[in-house]
Amino acid sequence: MRTNNLILHFRPRTVPEKALRFTFTWGLGGTAVVLVLLLATSGILMKFVYQPVPDRAYASVMALQQEVRFGQFVRNVHHISANALVIVVFLHMLRVFFSGAFLGRRKTSWIIGLVLFTLVLAANFTGYLLPWDQLAYWAITISTGMLDYIPAAGRWLKAAAFGGPQIGAATLQIFFALHTAVIPLGLIIFLPYHFWRIRKTGGIIIPRRCNEPPDHSPVLVPVMPELLLREAVTALVAVAAVLLLAVFINAPLGPEANPGMSPNPTKAPWYFAGLQELLLHIHPLFAVFVIPLLAALALLVLPFIPSKTDTGGIWFRSRTGRRLALISAVAGGFAAPLLILIDAFWIKPLNWLPELAPLVRGGLMPTSALLTAVAGYGWLLHRKFHATRQENIQALFVLLTVGLLVLTVVNIWFRGPAMALVWPWQIHTGAP
Amino acid sequence: MTPSDENTAKAARPSRRSFLTKLWWALGFVALGEFAAVAAGFLRPRRPVAFKSGFGGIVTAGAVKDFAAGSVTAFKRGRFYLARLEDGGFLALSRTCTHLGCTLPWNDQKKQFICPCHASAFDITGAVVRPPAARALDTYAIRIVKNRVKVDTAKPIRRSQFRSDQVTYAPKTGKPSSEA
Repeated sequence: MRTNNLILHFRPRTVPEKALRFTFTWGLGGTAVVLVLLLATSGILMKFVYQPVPDRAYASVMALQQEVRFGQFVRNVHHISANALVIVVFLHMLRVFFSGAFLGRRKTSWIIGLVLFTLVLAANFTGYLLPWDQLAYWAITISTGMLDYIPAAGRWLKAAAFGGPQIGAATLQIFFALHTAVIPLGLIIFLPYHFWRIRKTGGIIIPRRCNEPPDHSPVLVPVMPELLLREAVTALVAVAAVLLLAVFINAPLGPEANPGMSPNPTKAPWYFAGLQELLLHIHPLFAVFVIPLLAALALLVLPFIPSKTDTGGIWFRSRTGRRLALISAVAGGFAAPLLILIDAFWIKPLNWLPELAPLVRGGLMPTSALLTAVAGYGWLLHRKFHATRQENIQALFVLLTVGLLVLTVVNIWFRGPAMALVWPWQIHTGAP
Repeated sequence: MTPSDENTAKAARPSRRSFLTKLWWALGFVALGEFAAVAAGFLRPRRPVAFKSGFGGIVTAGAVKDFAAGSVTAFKRGRFYLARLEDGGFLALSRTCTHLGCTLPWNDQKKQFICPCHASAFDITGAVVRPPAARALDTYAIRIVKNRVKVDTAKPIRRSQFRSDQVTYAPKTGKPSSEA
């Protein structure tokens, strides 16, 4: 079939039949693109109404919701797509990692993917401030307050983000420019680059069972209709889901921002909740700078760690890999809450070693202890299971990711007034 | 010369072409650097202008005798608290918690600033009484002119802890006090 079609130009003429399996990729990458398009559309529509000036921003959002036809609906689409996007790209990253599709020639795709993830988080963060209600104003206040603790560059970074000594008109202007121009430009540059790299490296990695050898001459099927039809269906289902949810779920709008009054509790956006929880236990320099930096470096370095065997396309690389992942998930799921409780009810109240500087006592020591524990866990696994290096790294990845998820859940659902540990039903009222 | 001799000769000495190519690259980087400098200058925060309410400029708090010893008075539009210590000295304290930036209310019963965000607490001098905050509240410079207290909110003064030389005292005579 010969066509001069832009969409077909982005695709090869044939794809391996096995690569079409939905329960392998779950259409996550494609869904992410669909969500970005929904965000762009709803965002551009709202740009005709929203006014990025503190005295007008809140009122313009109210007007959008109450006076503009379908205004509330469009805002809901934007809100739901934005939150869904963070989850979808995170799951996409997990899928790529656990199927080993980031190694060898796919290294660059992984790196670009990390850049895209950062852009998505930046877009969510800058957009969070725009409604200029109490939630927006204070969540951004404390999130940028974290910047202060980055050595050397921190205070300059915070002043640059604020456009002055504190959050004000300049901040809103800067965040709006970043959110509606700079970050979209970044996405426009890196998304095609990402797709191009994927195509250059042979497309989706072909899934296979544990001991199946890699298939070097897979059965090919024509892209039109096999791939395109599946993509169209997935896209339409995603759009339908978002539109349906947007009918029933309203984007939140609290009271207008009041610089004179901080709400109790004040929480960072949910995708930073894990970081904020870490901040409650470990000295800011480590919680905000050292640990995130190490995590970012670890993610960047992952594809460069050599793999002796080709296990790409196998879920968790092998049966051993699956077992280790499960063990690590359980270990992380128990260790993280336990550590939080130990710190909250034993270490902090007892005020250990008060003569040491807070930086050492609250930062260097717990961080070193955690790193040692993680390394020790990795070594134990290696001794007991004799797994490959890739499988061990995967186990550690699971351990740390589950840890982060636990931190996130605790911060969102178990922290009440003054960030005290409470049961989920007490987060608004506090413990009696 | 045979073609291979020519090529060897070309490789042996840098040609005009390769020199010009390198020059273009160098000029390109210079242009990029110039753009970066212009953009950075353009985006730098401007000198803050005082708000209409007075914050960002000099705020006249009131007469010295208006403030009782041991009291803390909130100035909403100036965004500071004026604390008068037991010995009569003045401190203009920033209302921003030094932990992550929340706004502090003054609790008159406990005589502390208690942060609603993570429960940091500060005493009347702005010193940390309870973590997670790690440094004392920022202060603003005070000048007392003709028995009137004037607070300069243009520039917050960062400090790690309270020291007695940060306090401003009303002069015995009518002359202006020196800054803290």
